[in-house]
Amino acid sequence: MSEHEPLVLGIETSCDETGIGIVRGRTLLSNTIASSMAEHARFGGVVPEVAARAHLEALEPAIRAATAEAGVALTDLDAIAVTSGPGLAGALMVGVGAAKSLAVSLDRPLYAVNHLVGHIAADILTGERVEYPTVALLVSGGHTSLLLVRDLVSDVELLGETMDDAAGEAFDKIARILGLPYPGGPEIDRVAAEGDPAAIRFPRGLSRASDMADHRYDFSFSGLKTAVARWVERAEATGEEISVPDVAASFREAVIDVLVTKALDACQRHGVPRLLLGGGVVANRRLREVALSRAEAAGVAVRIPPLTLCTDNGAMIAALAAELIRSGRPASTLSFGADSTLPVTQIQVAVSS
Amino acid sequence: MILGIDTSLGTSAAVVERDGVVRAEASSPDPLGHAEVIGLLLEAVLTEAAFGPIGATSAATEVELTHVAAGMGPGPFTGLRVGIAAARAFALGRDIPVVAVPSHAAAALSVLLADPFARVPRFAVVTDARRREFAYSVYDGLDDDGLPRCVAGPALAPRDAVDERLRELGAERRDVATVSAAMIALAAARAVAAGRELADASPLYLRAPDVTMPSGPKRVGT
Ligand SMILES: [Zn+2]
Repeated sequence: MSEHEPLVLGIETSCDETGIGIVRGRTLLSNTIASSMAEHARFGGVVPEVAARAHLEALEPAIRAATAEAGVALTDLDAIAVTSGPGLAGALMVGVGAAKSLAVSLDRPLYAVNHLVGHIAADILTGERVEYPTVALLVSGGHTSLLLVRDLVSDVELLGETMDDAAGEAFDKIARILGLPYPGGPEIDRVAAEGDPAAIRFPRGLSRASDMADHRYDFSFSGLKTAVARWVERAEATGEEISVPDVAASFREAVIDVLVTKALDACQRHGVPRLLLGGGVVANRRLREVALSRAEAAGVAVRIPPLTLCTDNGAMIAALAAELIRSGRPASTLSFGADSTLPVTQIQVAVSS
Repeated sequence: MILGIDTSLGTSAAVVERDGVVRAEASSPDPLGHAEVIGLLLEAVLTEAAFGPIGATSAATEVELTHVAAGMGPGPFTGLRVGIAAARAFALGRDIPVVAVPSHAAAALSVLLADPFARVPRFAVVTDARRREFAYSVYDGLDDDGLPRCVAGPALAPRDAVDERLRELGAERRDVATVSAAMIALAAARAVAAGRELADASPLYLRAPDVTMPSGPKRVGT
């Protein structure tokens, strides 16, 4: 295998995107994504069994499409990489089963890696110089985590994460309350464009002085969700006319304010002038705007990879494995499973001794 | 040679020659943990198959696989998918076709081949489908291609109604707790030889995905 420019295929099935990525070292060759999002729309959220069935059907065509796009044969690959967790257990297992089997079939090493650290690795594929340490804010429908990355392959620390809903989930639930379709993020964003973000002062979860000791970098969106629901109900009860744009904009502002405030606080407290954004919620334009302007004022440089690398994808999984190979890490053994709660400190699982 | 994989109950992998000689078989009876063990089982059977049929002590030769046979269920979905995903990925890696086999057909083949001289009356392979239901398929002997003749199923029956259902179908009940990947591969070998398809490419889920529809915005009170 080429230790410096390994050709790696990555398989990602932790949520509702079947991602197959192919990289050569730090160069992206294919980022193929098949999403089952449309199948979940009528349920208003990701249904695990629907997602797992979709992964099984999408995997083979996605692998074929990725190799075709990359212009490589499976037999050219130096290694296979797969997400072991965190994520939906049944969905992860489809990818793990396929990845192990492909590795045995091709007689290639297998790297089982952490999905969240994969999001950080995506930044490497932008072709720009990436510097560490950095604080990373990863926000999607499945997770909301604040990390301190001192070294991508050896030192990632969890500063905080959501105690209840992921931020993306909160967008979906509020969209439903406002009668907007799924997925909620883009819908709220669209409607909020006409609204006043300061119209209603919704609560900022875990942001009181009393929260700072134990939950300084943790998030909570369930109180916010309840506050929005109550506000709408009360307005309906009193016959008040509800401005959906104002509610959407004020809700969005509350989410973004907490995310950005905590991320920049982490940068300051850890003396790290860099912030990386990742996860599907990065598609939210207001989040990017607020993060960029407030980071600039704080003297923090923000990195935002292109959206196709921010949403769940296989390229980031391949990129992380390529970095592990470049730093001389041995492959994973074949004895590991799907770990739905894999801690972020475990960058690679089942490392062979 | 054919690589067989089944994860409809436990996890099983096998390498079988086209004429049915078993080269290697390895399995885990654990009804969970399919994703954990599948890679090791595949590696084990491929390594062992290189040394010739079970019991032989030949020098290692290359195992030239022509097909991957996949047990398509019925079985608990989460585990079942691991084997089908593995079968498809393995076949893709070797650029060979997948042969879909109903897992009950392999179980029936085990029953029918256990004693080649016995006349086995019409019987039903019955497996646990969870949620107080059983999955069953009814078989009536072997056909001219050496494959179990399926006369009903696969279908689901409530736990306390399955016996009545089988009585109506005139089938003796055979509860099955494991499916042999060697029998999956053998059924595939016979199907390929006869130019037949035993199942289509989709898993035999027998149930629509379980979802709870949100019933509009939840009232939270004030
Ligand atoms: Zn993600």
